[in-house]
Amino acid sequence: MTPAIVIGASSGGMEAIRQVLSGLPDKFEVPVLIVLHIGSNNINHYLSLLGSNIGFRVKEAGEKEAIESSTVYFAPPNYHLQVEANFTFSLSIDAKVNYSRPSIDVLFETAAWTYKEKLIGVLLTGSNSDGASGLKAIKEYGGTTIVENPASAYTNTMPLAAIDASTPDYVLDLKDIAQKITELCAGN
Amino acid sequence: MHISQKTVDTEEIELDLFLQAIHLKYGYDFRNYNKAHLRRRINQRLQLSGLKTISELQNRVLWEKEFFQTLIQDLSITVTEMFRDPEFYAAFRKKVIPDLKTYAHIKVWHAGCSTGEEVYSFAILLKEEGILSKTRIYATDINKNALATAKQGIYSSKEMEQYTRNYMEAGGAGKLSDYYTSKYGSVLFDQSLVKNVVFADHNLVTDGVFAEINLVFCRNVLIYFDKFLQNKVLTLFSNSLTKRGFLCLGTKESLQFSEEEANYSDIDKKMKIYRKLTGSL
Ligand SMILES: C[S@@+](CC[C@H](N)C(=O)[O-])C[C@H]1O[C@@H](n2cnc3c(N)ncnc32)[C@H](O)[C@@H]1O
Repeated sequence: MTPAIVIGASSGGMEAIRQVLSGLPDKFEVPVLIVLHIGSNNINHYLSLLGSNIGFRVKEAGEKEAIESSTVYFAPPNYHLQVEANFTFSLSIDAKVNYSRPSIDVLFETAAWTYKEKLIGVLLTGSNSDGASGLKAIKEYGGTTIVENPASAYTNTMPLAAIDASTPDYVLDLKDIAQKITELCAGN
Repeated sequence: MHISQKTVDTEEIELDLFLQAIHLKYGYDFRNYNKAHLRRRINQRLQLSGLKTISELQNRVLWEKEFFQTLIQDLSITVTEMFRDPEFYAAFRKKVIPDLKTYAHIKVWHAGCSTGEEVYSFAILLKEEGILSKTRIYATDINKNALATAKQGIYSSKEMEQYTRNYMEAGGAGKLSDYYTSKYGSVLFDQSLVKNVVFADHNLVTDGVFAEINLVFCRNVLIYFDKFLQNKVLTLFSNSLTKRGFLCLGTKESLQFSEEEANYSDIDKKMKIYRKLTGSL
């Protein structure tokens, strides 16, 4: 099984995600699955900006799409993004979780079931507590977790809630996160 | 605590057995629904009932009929809204209505209609286009509680602001409030809208064709099914549709890569409006 990375972010997340992704090497192959609360029905503009800045493919995750390497997938606005046991995506429009749809918890938890110890979970800036229980699930299933340092995060509520719910493996400043992900993936 | 590899695989086994048990005992077949989604819903029910494992839940559901009703509610997602995806309705007005106007009679099937918001929305659209009276509508679902709400046509007035916005964006010709009366925080939709609607229990997985249909709406239902079940249900629609009949799916759903793809042409690719080809079937 190839590993995967899941990232969650809320307010301040556009910039934080851009920083993390652009810090990864151009040849980075591990798929990256992202939930960003964007509060709009359209992320295409953001995705094309992002895609022109980094070396690998950036796209909205499609219903039943197979997860491929060298690709960054974003949850479509207004749908929960789930990982199925056969490494495909499924979408759902059930009720909001933590006032959010897409919810970080939903992606993290379902990815943990499938990728187990091959998963790296990264939680960045945000002003709610989405992602905390998802990150906990990643740990329970043997994965590795990274939380952005609340002291330097754009908004610290989300990192604090995550640290409160389970002890992350690493608490890092934003600028050091890409480096750590690269290291962890190289060791795999 | 680290759950060992073994425990994790045990959960997958439990889930399969659980779905099989429900099928054998109650005839509802969830075995080809998306597993991640089922597992999330079942875990929530475990927490609420203070149970630890799916096996314990299986025991309860086999021996307590009433508990199964709770579970059905858990497993069917009824989240819906009026004029959901307004651009879809706008495209429908422009690209499908002109054809429908030439028909003597129209038969419509809302498959997975949930609590009925989609049915009232569409009835309003047909009324404004002057063709509601020649249309017969079948609105079906597996969730009996949802169907009961649909029949009543009573919704929370809190939603009306959003629905009014959707209605306008969908190209509404009047005011949404012309179609309902408000009372004590609820609104009741004009029952003449659903005079020609039959609300009925129909399971897309286990039930078959029941009428010749000109237009099938099945929006945001197939996303809960795996590929195999999606193909099966799409075949059911093909067998129900008349020649040149229309099929409307949810905006994240598609005929692309399905076994039925070759039997349809695109009317609006983005809004997932399809039309059955003359030569097919
Ligand atoms: C998310 S709602 C979609 C409602 C509406 N069509 C819309 O797009 O807003 C999905 C509905 O599909 C129904 N459903 C699920 N499985 C079904 C099946 N096997 N047969 C019929 N309806 C089903 C659920 O009960 C639920 O009401």
